[in-house]
Amino acid sequence: MGKEKTIAKPLSQNKSLIKQFNMLTDTNKLLTITIIVFVVMYICAVIFEGKGFLSPQALFNILINNAALLITACGMSVVMITGGIDISVGGVVALVSMSCAVYLDYHGGNVPVSILIALGIGLAFGVFQGFLVAYLDIQPFIVTLAGMFFARGMTTIVNSEPFNVTNESFVALKDTRIEIPFIGTYNKRGIFIPAYINIGVVVALAVVVFFFIMLRWTKLGRHFYAVGGNPQSAMMLGINVKRTRFISHVISGLLAGIGGYVYFMYVGSGSPSNAQGMEMNAIASSIIGGTMLTGGVGNIIGTLFGVMTLSTIKDIVASAGLSDPWWTGITIAAMLCLFLVIQSVVISNKDRK
Amino acid sequence: MNKETNIFKKIVGNQLFIPLVALLILIVFNLINDPSFFALTIQNNIYGYPVLSGSIVSIIDFGSELAILAIGMTIVTAASGGQDISVGAVIAISGSTMLRALCGTNPQPETLRTSIFVAFLVGVIAAMICGAFNGLLVAFFKIPPMVATLILYTAGRSIAAWINENRLPMIYEPKFGYIGNFIPGIPIPTPVFIAAACMLVIALLHKFTNLKLYTQAVGINEESSRLNGINPKLIKFSVFVILGVFVAVAALIKVTRISTITYSVIAKDIEMDAILAVALGGNSLSGGKYNVWASVLGAYVIQFLTTTLYKLQVRSDALPAYKAVVVIILVVISSPIVRDKFSRISKNLKSKKTENGGV
Repeated sequence: MGKEKTIAKPLSQNKSLIKQFNMLTDTNKLLTITIIVFVVMYICAVIFEGKGFLSPQALFNILINNAALLITACGMSVVMITGGIDISVGGVVALVSMSCAVYLDYHGGNVPVSILIALGIGLAFGVFQGFLVAYLDIQPFIVTLAGMFFARGMTTIVNSEPFNVTNESFVALKDTRIEIPFIGTYNKRGIFIPAYINIGVVVALAVVVFFFIMLRWTKLGRHFYAVGGNPQSAMMLGINVKRTRFISHVISGLLAGIGGYVYFMYVGSGSPSNAQGMEMNAIASSIIGGTMLTGGVGNIIGTLFGVMTLSTIKDIVASAGLSDPWWTGITIAAMLCLFLVIQSVVISNKDRK
Repeated sequence: MNKETNIFKKIVGNQLFIPLVALLILIVFNLINDPSFFALTIQNNIYGYPVLSGSIVSIIDFGSELAILAIGMTIVTAASGGQDISVGAVIAISGSTMLRALCGTNPQPETLRTSIFVAFLVGVIAAMICGAFNGLLVAFFKIPPMVATLILYTAGRSIAAWINENRLPMIYEPKFGYIGNFIPGIPIPTPVFIAAACMLVIALLHKFTNLKLYTQAVGINEESSRLNGINPKLIKFSVFVILGVFVAVAALIKVTRISTITYSVIAKDIEMDAILAVALGGNSLSGGKYNVWASVLGAYVIQFLTTTLYKLQVRSDALPAYKAVVVIILVVISSPIVRDKFSRISKNLKSKKTENGGV
């Protein structure tokens, strides 16, 4: 072990940066690209758009605004690493927020049961879609496309009018602020304003840490990579491919349920137009975060950076005066396109060798 | 005995079997529910011309766009093994381009800037460019079709709004409306003729070109088709461009129906219906052999289903939930694993029967 280290060190010093980059695994390669893009973009934002981006609260605001997206994107990454895709998440988030809103407001429910409803809806979607994909071998895109339309349709069947939730204990939960000690800014009078986050961010970060550890160090986590990389050889190694696929969809459904509740806590209302296009944003953040569509490559930390990059782009677009609603959609699509092409190029380079 | 089972197998095995059965179920259901569903009447429309009206006419009329899209979608599915989910968004882009060509920057022009045909050509070019973009990503960058088309699916409606700078142009020229509604003196809706023309074109293409052979070869085995001298990349690229032309025709009908455009609503969820039509027609969604006519029939069956649901007072925004259930049932029935299990069960039953008969 010690010997290897002494040999490896001078070698890596001699090699140029590009060669070192080429020696990385696909996962780390794409992760490096993502982090570089995020840092460059954030620096650009600070330079061109002023110091608003520099305060710690700006960074925390990105998390607050995107906690739900981060959670669903984690689920998406797990499915995509296993070689599938789940585009029902946006619909599930809308259905969860609408069902919880109706339960809390019209039926006078309490908060713990509403959380159970959210988890139940997510789990039900995950189990059903996972069964169809894994055990009946139907294309995941078709199944989850149907799931998306079903969830969207059900949302309007549950209630077709948007409304705000006034349940007291829920509003109290929604407005809870967690202040972070020692981090914050001084305002013009010199009074210290601590930075804050909300419960959704805590949940989202817990999900990120949990899945990062799981994908990296547990048996099931490594099975996801193996199945996504090559199902045939995974099966030869004695991995239960069907069960792994099934579990990946259950995780995605469950996280869509959790994400739905976090989204609900963020917007505090039920509406059929909730979470419009969220599945797209989740897929985009996963791809920008270096998760390969073909499976077997990806990282949850990358997904975290993917979400932050996406949100920073939106902020830049908004503050650059391109306030027309269509610019956001176009920039995200362009970004997605760019990263898809980068992935394709990185992989085809590897094939050539 | 043997001959009978053979005939039975031929009928059940035919690709048209499932859509025909679905159609039959819908017809019987509607006959029981409300026989007036099938009534055909001649009424004067708002311009005072006598035209055919009734649920059946509206199914054939509004099924036209779907049938046209289903043709293109079938070919794309066959060659690439995936579906194009951006068709609805590209309809918005193409329709927006047509209106921009006709109106310029004036949202309510007195006279049109160009002829309708030129505007249509511009729309075709726009849709072909979108198709080429999708095809480029799929064929040359090897991105799965559904993900590659996801890009335009998100951005498409935004681009459509941007082309007209979010104005809503209205066209008062009556000739424009003829395309999507009725030509005076002819009681049959014009889109029906357009759909028939598209079917004729695709039939001629199948008759006189190698389109079908090549797309199926690429869909079944890309590598071996390459070794046999077909360029799979070019085929995949060109099927997306061909789909673009069909999308533009559908866009023309959609826009002329209402003589204006609504960027977020026009052709909403039509990609789902088109994919459903392909699946209902018994075509494999993972590529290979295909039958265009089964898809076309599938498209009309889906329009039949939609109209039936409307008759049952289902709200339009709740419609996707019901259709999703139909999709799930369809894909479960047509999945090879379920079929295998069914055939095994029926075999077991048969062998048991013969055993009993023997005893």
